[in-house]
Amino acid sequence: MTAPAGSSLEVKLRRAQRRRSFTSFLLVAPLLLFILVVFAGPILSLLYFSIDDPKLVEVMPRTAKIVTAWDGAELPGEDAYAAVVEEIRTGYANRTVAAAAMRLNYEISGFRSMVMRTGRKIRRITGPPYKDALIGLDERWGDITYWRAIKASAGPYTTRYLLAAVDLERRWDGSVAKAPPERTIYVEYLQRTFWISFWVLACCIVIGYPMAYLIATSGRRTSRILLALVLLPFWTSLLVRTAAWVVLLQNKGIVNDFLLLAGIVDEPLTLIFNRTGVYIAMVHILLPFLVLPLYAVMRNVPPGQLRAAASLGARPVAAFLSVYLPQTLPGLGAGCILVFILSLGFYITPALIGGASDQMLSYLIAEFATRTGNWGMASAIAILLLLSVAALYPVYRGLVRGGTGFRFG
Amino acid sequence: MALPVNATRGQHVWYWCLRLICAFGFLFLVGPIVVIVPISFSSGSFLSYPLPGLSLRWYETVVEPFPWMFALENSLIVAVATTLIATTLGTLAAYGLTRADFPGKPLIFGLLISPLAVPVVISALGLYFFFARVGLVQTHAGLVIAHVVLAVPFVVITVSATLKGFDWNLVRAAESLGAPPLAAFFQVTLPLIAPGVLAGAVFAFVTSLDEVIVALFVSGPAQITLPRQLFTGLRDQLDPSIVAIATILIVFSLALLAVVELLQWRSARHGSRRDT
Repeated sequence: MTAPAGSSLEVKLRRAQRRRSFTSFLLVAPLLLFILVVFAGPILSLLYFSIDDPKLVEVMPRTAKIVTAWDGAELPGEDAYAAVVEEIRTGYANRTVAAAAMRLNYEISGFRSMVMRTGRKIRRITGPPYKDALIGLDERWGDITYWRAIKASAGPYTTRYLLAAVDLERRWDGSVAKAPPERTIYVEYLQRTFWISFWVLACCIVIGYPMAYLIATSGRRTSRILLALVLLPFWTSLLVRTAAWVVLLQNKGIVNDFLLLAGIVDEPLTLIFNRTGVYIAMVHILLPFLVLPLYAVMRNVPPGQLRAAASLGARPVAAFLSVYLPQTLPGLGAGCILVFILSLGFYITPALIGGASDQMLSYLIAEFATRTGNWGMASAIAILLLLSVAALYPVYRGLVRGGTGFRFG
Repeated sequence: MALPVNATRGQHVWYWCLRLICAFGFLFLVGPIVVIVPISFSSGSFLSYPLPGLSLRWYETVVEPFPWMFALENSLIVAVATTLIATTLGTLAAYGLTRADFPGKPLIFGLLISPLAVPVVISALGLYFFFARVGLVQTHAGLVIAHVVLAVPFVVITVSATLKGFDWNLVRAAESLGAPPLAAFFQVTLPLIAPGVLAGAVFAFVTSLDEVIVALFVSGPAQITLPRQLFTGLRDQLDPSIVAIATILIVFSLALLAVVELLQWRSARHGSRRDT
């Protein structure tokens, strides 16, 4: 370009390019807006829902205000009791108190029925002193732990769900401590999720690496057929494959029939509704995700290299370890992280093939969201799962960028 | 994988070990899918061999209006709507992303395909909360919107990949001959990238047709889809009609596999320089 700076041609050209950029962006805009509103926004809103705590303060604003100011060391004064009586009275009359009672039940189980019972009998309290009258209705109102529970629920924001997701809780004096044993189940779920994913990955590597090697080193025709054998399950519906395993793994199912017939076992093995079944079905579903990227890398390793290493005197194991394996590491790494990330989020397969002690984090999220309606806990565990996946993602991106042009499908 | 003639004993052992693992692996991958097919033609109601006799009775229950045909109808409505919307939005976006540079392009691309990277349960949870506030829970529209979110990354990726090998001079030639941008797109660009667009559409269709987690969160009894019905059936009462449905879906995925292979073969042959 030899035109002098600021010439009308250059200005025109730049203007045309800017217009082109702008119209191109307009083409992207509809989908961008859609993804922002329907996907990115809602995912970010999980952060908000994990700390949002409006239930008590909505129904019992005066009580919430008083207990927030209260230091929690001794039973609160008459004003707190007066506020509780008044707000349970109105809340019970217009049926809003149940939501607040439900929230209090997260702190102490049994609190919900206590509030509802107090609501039923609240007519009996006609005037001050409210403290004695309320304790007269239910002596637990004289127990400071219940008042501390109200203080912890006073909202409008709370860290309890996020802390609970890692088995911690905030004491009334503000310190953070380990939650009591009956509530420390979430770290176990997290560990189990990682444990299952780890073993699924290990099985996938042991079976998948030789398979990818065989596909990559076979003749053209054979390798195409073998590749189709990997792609068929890859394209088959996840539900169909899970259904197949449910049918196969039953006590009177085909696998057991075969094992009995072959004399390998004397009585049917329990293969379903336990961990074994979950491993088998998950490895089956995730194996192609390891084989395909590995194959993509192995295909580009010149087959003569191993022979060259051997002819130079390298023992087969040494030749494999120092010549072949390093060249397949990008594909192996990418496949491993992919399998691991995918298995961290598994829900359907453990739900259908696993037992109660084989469920993973996703199961908890679904339970809290759809069955118990505890949005705070569902969001907190979702954040835990999302962080686990996000921590692995940069590794995957690095491996894929440094490695191959692997693509899905 | 071949063994040298002068292989040692250890090498022989290794060689056959690996072969054995491979044989097991391929059997493991394909066996379950193949083995359940004959059961769907059983005349009995046990899900094991030997079959007491052959019949089509389970296929007769499958074509009953309820629950399977109802679920199939819902699935097809949702999948077709999802495919149309996701393919349109995704193709436009991929076209815009490859046509010119503008600030934040890599970030936008990452954002558009991010639903692939997030576990589906988390997407489902976000969508569920969002739909609950805007009144889209238990509606067909809500399910379609949710499926578009999950399906659109596949369209963006496939169409972008096809456009990488696209010769933009063809569009310039069309425009210099007086074609308006829209005409140039529909008469020049689209026919050339059609295999990529179609492959993206197939991905979108399959994603919607196979999706169950979001459906469990956001759909109600009136939107029961095929995977959701399969999920319920597998959990509550297992009978060979589920295997019959599974068999139909296996045949369907075989057909799709063939279509996608054909499309990729064609788009590779049509001068695209995509490295596969």
